[in-house]
Amino acid sequence: MMMQIKNLRSKIGDKEILKGLDLELQKGKVHVIMGPNGAGKSTLSKTITGHYEVEVTEGDIVYKGESIVDMEPEERALRGIFMSFQNPIEVPGVTNAYFLRTAVNAKREYEGKKPLNAAEFLKLAREYANFLGMKPEMLNRSLNVGFSGGEKKRNEILQMLMLEPDLIILDEIDSGLDIDALKAVSEGINRLRSEERTYLIITHYNRILEYVKPDFIHVLKDGRVVKTGGADLVGVLEEHGYKAIEEER
Amino acid sequence: MSEEKKINEIVSKDYDLGFTVDIEEDTAPPGLNEDIIRFLSKKKGEPEWMTNMRIQAFHIWRKMEEPNWAHLKYEPVDYQSISYYAAPKKRPKSLDEVDPEILRAYEKLGIPLEEQKMLAGVAVDAVFDSVSVVTTFKEQLKEMGIIFCSISEAIRDYPELVQKYLFSVVPMSDNFFAALNSAVFTDGTFVYVPKGVRCPMELSTYFRINAQNTGQFERTLIVADEGSYVSYNEGCSAPTRDENQLHAAVVELIAMKDAEIKYSTIQNWYPGDEEGRGGIYNFVTKRGICAGENSKISWTQVETGSAITWKYPSCVLKGDNSVGEFYSVAITTKAQQADTGTKMIHIGKNTSSTIVSKGISAMKGQNSYRGLVKIQASAEGARNFSECDSLLIGDKCGAHTFPYLESRNASAQIEHEATTSKISDEQLFYLRQRGIDEEDAVSMIVHGFCKEVFGQLPMEFATEAKDLLNLTLEGSVG
Repeated sequence: MMMQIKNLRSKIGDKEILKGLDLELQKGKVHVIMGPNGAGKSTLSKTITGHYEVEVTEGDIVYKGESIVDMEPEERALRGIFMSFQNPIEVPGVTNAYFLRTAVNAKREYEGKKPLNAAEFLKLAREYANFLGMKPEMLNRSLNVGFSGGEKKRNEILQMLMLEPDLIILDEIDSGLDIDALKAVSEGINRLRSEERTYLIITHYNRILEYVKPDFIHVLKDGRVVKTGGADLVGVLEEHGYKAIEEER
Repeated sequence: MSEEKKINEIVSKDYDLGFTVDIEEDTAPPGLNEDIIRFLSKKKGEPEWMTNMRIQAFHIWRKMEEPNWAHLKYEPVDYQSISYYAAPKKRPKSLDEVDPEILRAYEKLGIPLEEQKMLAGVAVDAVFDSVSVVTTFKEQLKEMGIIFCSISEAIRDYPELVQKYLFSVVPMSDNFFAALNSAVFTDGTFVYVPKGVRCPMELSTYFRINAQNTGQFERTLIVADEGSYVSYNEGCSAPTRDENQLHAAVVELIAMKDAEIKYSTIQNWYPGDEEGRGGIYNFVTKRGICAGENSKISWTQVETGSAITWKYPSCVLKGDNSVGEFYSVAITTKAQQADTGTKMIHIGKNTSSTIVSKGISAMKGQNSYRGLVKIQASAEGARNFSECDSLLIGDKCGAHTFPYLESRNASAQIEHEATTSKISDEQLFYLRQRGIDEEDAVSMIVHGFCKEVFGQLPMEFATEAKDLLNLTLEGSVG
């Protein structure tokens, strides 16, 4: 078991969004969260990563046997939880490479490993950038500043590859991508797949699922998981929409 | 704990660098009058012409009023309660007598032991390596004809040069604080680089160990003769010994034809507490003249300390094709106030100037950029580029921009860009989600913001400036 979410309630401001959500994420599996707008998909990823807007009012999130709801965002990240951002933020004057190396070495330090020196880091970063179809100059540019939508998403996947997280949350990684970028991003995602790693893919569309094969589909509606099924559930949703999903109780 | 509260803790780290040492002093009674000035001048063994200049400056100062146009609020200074001459007789004998907190700061900044002693004002014995290094430097400079000494020595040993250039860029009547400085300046630095000589090393006040108690009314004069080059670093990122609340320094730079002067400052004086109590008032007049054609003067400053900063390093671009530059990072936290910027006066043809100002405000800090670009009728083809960026941390601080522009020549090209941004919670969350802790995340964003200016600092100085910024932003995170 990678993560167990039990009766989770959380709110943003005064508005309760997650209303007693239960979810289990298995090691080595790809889980997909689908659901209508406003169901709480993004709030779920924010709650898992410890976003400053979210307040947990009830329930628990147990990750690798440890409750994480009271942890700072960086403590969760260092333990191997990664989230790709829908809108990666710009940080002027901080080069992509400097940021990445700081992040990678913070994690290595936490794991008791030797930090990567500049040469080791660059070798790895260039290889992954090339794999994702990114120009090597992208490493020297300010973090996300002036990046196109596709470049930002590829850059998120580059960070994922470098950090080798255990639980990878991909929040609408496929939105706004052309077919080439979608393929590159999907290849990046598949490259890290292993028996020890879990994916949680939040998406509106099923086109990314043609490249990244899911194991479980969870339908989120009004702050709760209302249905869980296999990959075939995608076809049902495609055909009948979310309205057709009846709560399994 | 809210994000903002945590950020405030990070940026408000106490200035644990302050310290006091009991010194036996040879002190003039408080107050300022002709007798005190004569006493001071005599103590320093000055020639009569210098004494007379000081007295002349004193009479000018008496008739002047303290300026109040800056965007600053502070208690008025009682100039008659200050003692204008205090020569320390005794220094701490060893680092054991120095506040361990200061030593901790030195350690963090990676300053070697012998240099720590100099900074802490410990009497340095002549056998120490650092001193012989200084002596070696001085010998090498002397062979090249470069004069690098205290202004007091220069008044004694090079009276012709001093009489020719002192007060030539900043006249004693220039402003209230410059007049005061002219009357009572204690010591400072003199540099002369002869024709065609490229000074082979960074000159630094820090290596001029013979005049250590120069803080309060420092006077600096740098002359770069035709075709010469010099880079001068004022201060050091480490906390230096300083017991005076009022500082009124004057710096004059003169660059002849084809000469270049690069002047870099790191200012890290006591900023006062969160209400602004006890901090240093820093009223500085810095001005350089590009006297000859193709000359260049470049000011770079990193201002992190002082309760009040009033400072406008300026360039008078008189020579045709001369170049003036101003690169500044000013950080105000707690109740610090800074009103700083530059003046670029274009007189010669095809003169150009660049202004890059980065203001960082946190807590109750107030940061103002005040800049004047003046293009005179004679300045055919003059160009200016100004960029003023402000970064706000939290919502109780302020950033203000007062750009003034006067152009009397239609061929001039002037560009001004200004931005104000905030460190956002979303930026911090993004970095923290990647495993970077909050303190490092704030520091990373601030460094990114200052990058352009740090790039202008001499390399070793830049490293110190970065360490200093981290030290300033250091604090406990919730």
